[in-house]
Amino acid sequence: MAVNNVWVFAQGNNGAITSFTAELLTKARSLTDNVSAFVPGDGSGLADVLGKYGAKKVYSTGDLGGRLVGVAASNAMKSVIDGGDKPDLILFPQNYDGRDTIARLSVKLGVTVLTNSIDIAINGDDVVATTPIFGGNVLFATAFTGPGPHLASFRPKSFAAEESGGGAAQVVAVTVPDGGATAAARVTAVHVEETSGPKLDEANIVVSGGRGLGESTNFAMVEELAKLLHGAPGASRAIVDAGWVPYSYQVGQTGKVVKPSVYIAAGISGATQHMVGMKGSKNIIAINKDKEAPIFAVADLGIVGDVHKVLPKLIEALKARG
Amino acid sequence: MKVMKIVVCVKQIPDPATPGSLDSSTNALKRDGKLILDDSDAYGVEMALQLATAAGGGEVSIVSMAPNNETSGMRTALAMGAVRGVLVSDPALGGSDALTTAKVLAAAINKVGMPDLVIAATESTDGYTGTVPEQLAEVLGLPSVTFAKKVKVEGGTLKIDRQTEAGYDEVECPLPALVSVTAGVVEPRYPSFKGIMDAKKKEIVTVTAADLGVTPVGWSGAGQKVSSVTQAEARKAGQVIEDDGEAFNKIVAFLETLKVI
Repeated sequence: MAVNNVWVFAQGNNGAITSFTAELLTKARSLTDNVSAFVPGDGSGLADVLGKYGAKKVYSTGDLGGRLVGVAASNAMKSVIDGGDKPDLILFPQNYDGRDTIARLSVKLGVTVLTNSIDIAINGDDVVATTPIFGGNVLFATAFTGPGPHLASFRPKSFAAEESGGGAAQVVAVTVPDGGATAAARVTAVHVEETSGPKLDEANIVVSGGRGLGESTNFAMVEELAKLLHGAPGASRAIVDAGWVPYSYQVGQTGKVVKPSVYIAAGISGATQHMVGMKGSKNIIAINKDKEAPIFAVADLGIVGDVHKVLPKLIEALKARG
Repeated sequence: MKVMKIVVCVKQIPDPATPGSLDSSTNALKRDGKLILDDSDAYGVEMALQLATAAGGGEVSIVSMAPNNETSGMRTALAMGAVRGVLVSDPALGGSDALTTAKVLAAAINKVGMPDLVIAATESTDGYTGTVPEQLAEVLGLPSVTFAKKVKVEGGTLKIDRQTEAGYDEVECPLPALVSVTAGVVEPRYPSFKGIMDAKKKEIVTVTAADLGVTPVGWSGAGQKVSSVTQAEARKAGQVIEDDGEAFNKIVAFLETLKVI
């Protein structure tokens, strides 16, 4: 199937667009010149920056009035498609609202989804998405077989964002249909968790802790080291499940994907689930008392030792440098 | 008082501790060995049991789709306190995509009778397409709230804290509805000895895709085909040293060479 019209599920962030959106737009315009951004919210103020990354058109739903993004966006996309403006392919970010939207839209359109992908290519008549499985050891390439629009979602940092130098995109206002029973939920309050320091998935240095820390109070060492290095603290699923830190700290298959310059894994054995989320880091340092731990197979520097001894000394040494 | 009816969708998966492998002829994930309850689903089962108790009475049922009439993972959920299960097992279901899975689960839930609440995990640990809960809600025509990290029912309305990129949203939703819960949302109980013994006697009804009237399923119903499977370039291990009390210096030196300190 020829791909002549590609949409990107685009998200704003304080008047700018998310880095994720810029990555997907960059990929989209490598497939076709005809790229549109679909903004679940007021996209009119984003026309310049979306155009700069190659969008020709911006579909803007306007304020969602408390409707869930996934519900409103999927209904709005369906109504535009029913109106005759039908993309061949829609690219979504693999995040909460991107996942919510792609899943709901798949039922409304009766088409399959390919998720967790890291690349997409046109291969003859096939549109093929690549997904890493088994902790990234195997690459699974899957082609869409049914009619479009094809729906695919991608992990963060799958593509490097580059500006196209394009002018402002044309804004097209879209009305969000009522949605009926499936649209009955309403957001009644929004809470922004203030974090000091860089965001986990954007930080240049990430320090993550796992079960090997022994108990929840020891996570303070991970936070202190992250702060000293101007990085972000992260966590393995095991200690998130144990309730030591919030889900937003989780690095891995079911959490955040990070690709920092330096990833420090403290007391993390390196379960497949975790490795998927951090194997793309440029440099990996691991501290674990079990020398057989799988994390050492991917570490550039591995310390077989007790995190309770190594971390305090490392923290002191860094403090001494000022 | 009306009994609160809750259905929890659970997946039975190969033990994640053992390396996964692919069927050489279909490239599907091998699921022919012993299957266990996906850890992610224990949170949903626990949440259902707690909501039923909080409602002053409730009934938690389990719905699952698995090959070879596999029920060992479902028995774990029954041992925790669920009262019955419906298993959809059919060789024709092999290769089904997430959309087909959602249609099959929806038909199975309709067979149990539409509950007040459907609970699922946000994604499975083995396949992790991560779209089935929302797809299931749309197929059932139910409102849904995903990525819930806190769930309560007040006056017939669901009140949920939903995980977001920036923090969380408070969301209200009328019943009946579907909720997907994140791991760690509650502390799953360990089945008691009595629970395990009782679970052996609890009813699990097994049905096929045809019984449910869902077609096409399996590879023919999936809007996708495997194009190729290749080994990714392996990351090379570096230097591994035993801590002699001074290993922290090695880390400092490495960070210096990377010019991050």
